[in-house]
Amino acid sequence: MSILNAVTLAAEEGASHNPVIPPPYDILWSFVIFVVIAVAFQRYLLPKLQKVLDERAELIEGGISKAEKAQAEAAAALEEYTAQLTEARAEAARIREDARAEAAQILSETRAKASNDAERIVDTAARQIEAERQQTIVALRGEVGTLAVELASKIVGESLADDARQQRVIDTFLDDLESNVKAKG
Amino acid sequence: MRHIVVAAAAEAAGDEHGSSQNFFQWLFGSDGFHAPTIAEFYPEALLWGGTIFEFNRITLVRVIAMVAMILVFAIVAARARVVPGRFQSAIELVLDFVRIQIAEEVMGKQHARRFVPMLTTLFVAIVFFNITGVIPLLNIAGTSVIGLPLIMALWVYVMYLTVGVKQHGLGKYLKNSLFPPGVPWPIYILLTPIEFLQVFFLRPFTLALRLTANMIAGHLLLVVAFAGTQYLFFEATGAIKAAGALTLAGGFAFTLFEIFVALLQAYVFTMLSAVYLNMAVEEEH
Repeated sequence: MSILNAVTLAAEEGASHNPVIPPPYDILWSFVIFVVIAVAFQRYLLPKLQKVLDERAELIEGGISKAEKAQAEAAAALEEYTAQLTEARAEAARIREDARAEAAQILSETRAKASNDAERIVDTAARQIEAERQQTIVALRGEVGTLAVELASKIVGESLADDARQQRVIDTFLDDLESNVKAKG
Repeated sequence: MRHIVVAAAAEAAGDEHGSSQNFFQWLFGSDGFHAPTIAEFYPEALLWGGTIFEFNRITLVRVIAMVAMILVFAIVAARARVVPGRFQSAIELVLDFVRIQIAEEVMGKQHARRFVPMLTTLFVAIVFFNITGVIPLLNIAGTSVIGLPLIMALWVYVMYLTVGVKQHGLGKYLKNSLFPPGVPWPIYILLTPIEFLQVFFLRPFTLALRLTANMIAGHLLLVVAFAGTQYLFFEATGAIKAAGALTLAGGFAFTLFEIFVALLQAYVFTMLSAVYLNMAVEEEH
């Protein structure tokens, strides 16, 4: 009974309102309230918050770009060091190579010089020997003749005072001797 | 309203006379089953009744919501730091949601920028006005009477017409809107009147009506659930009383559901506003 009553009464009451058509006071107050909100948000509140957000974005971007720069610098330094190291290594290798080449050259030069010297010394020695031999031959030629004549005159008892004869005999002897030596040698 | 209370009170007085009057019945002043009607949304005036300045309970709720939202944002804005606190982070989450999920999603980064403040204002305002529907003591959504949603929809309406005309010039904007390119000309006989209705009437009207209807339905559901609980617990007799537990549970469930609807409708309103604005600024659609 009570439910029925209430619903009926309510239905009668409800008939006077159309929820789609706003009463004038609703429009007025809604407008006032919403304008206050819109102005407060658009003019003051949201720009203030946006400013803080922008600041943050800037800060983060700044930090990122700074880090990127530092990284780039580090990379450049590393590259430079690597390049320098490579260059140093190359130079070291080159110096070593040069030294080796120089050493080899010095060695060969020394060797050549030594063999030259040796040749020259041998030459000189050979010439000297030859000269001494010649000298000895000349010296001996006189002495051997005298000694031989003395010996022969003692043996044959004949004086070979006559120089011309003596000389002839000596020469004959020496020639014989020489031809003997040649035949033997 | 007054009729119901009077009739129901008289009846209740008759029914309850001599039966066990307990504290709760005294507290809640049982007046029979309070069937909710559309009259819920047109309460008696608190001030200046009958004039255009009539100030009723719903307007009071709206004023409270307005003060609350401005206060919340003013406090956050005043204390805003580059390194945010917990509360500021929560507010920024809302701002980011509107900017990224609604504005930039619909319009793209470039167009979105100048509309973000407007869409943010709409979204925040609708959430606050909707949520009053489930806040104890306020108990009615500020958007459940069509005036406020209509004002917001009109803002969007004026805005999209303005930017459309500014962007393309009046002639080109009308041509773009009423004669969408890419259809054979006889179709325009059908399409142009529809588009005309769409652009100039249906868009703002449906925006406002969708929101209001949702809030009205939500409020009526909650009233039915809790008024039913009240009636069943204190006035029904015997085993029927137990049914009150069901309606109470239903009331809780619908309260949660209303919170969801409050957020969802704010999202839908803002999203559609972004879509309409985008249609106006885009070259062709």
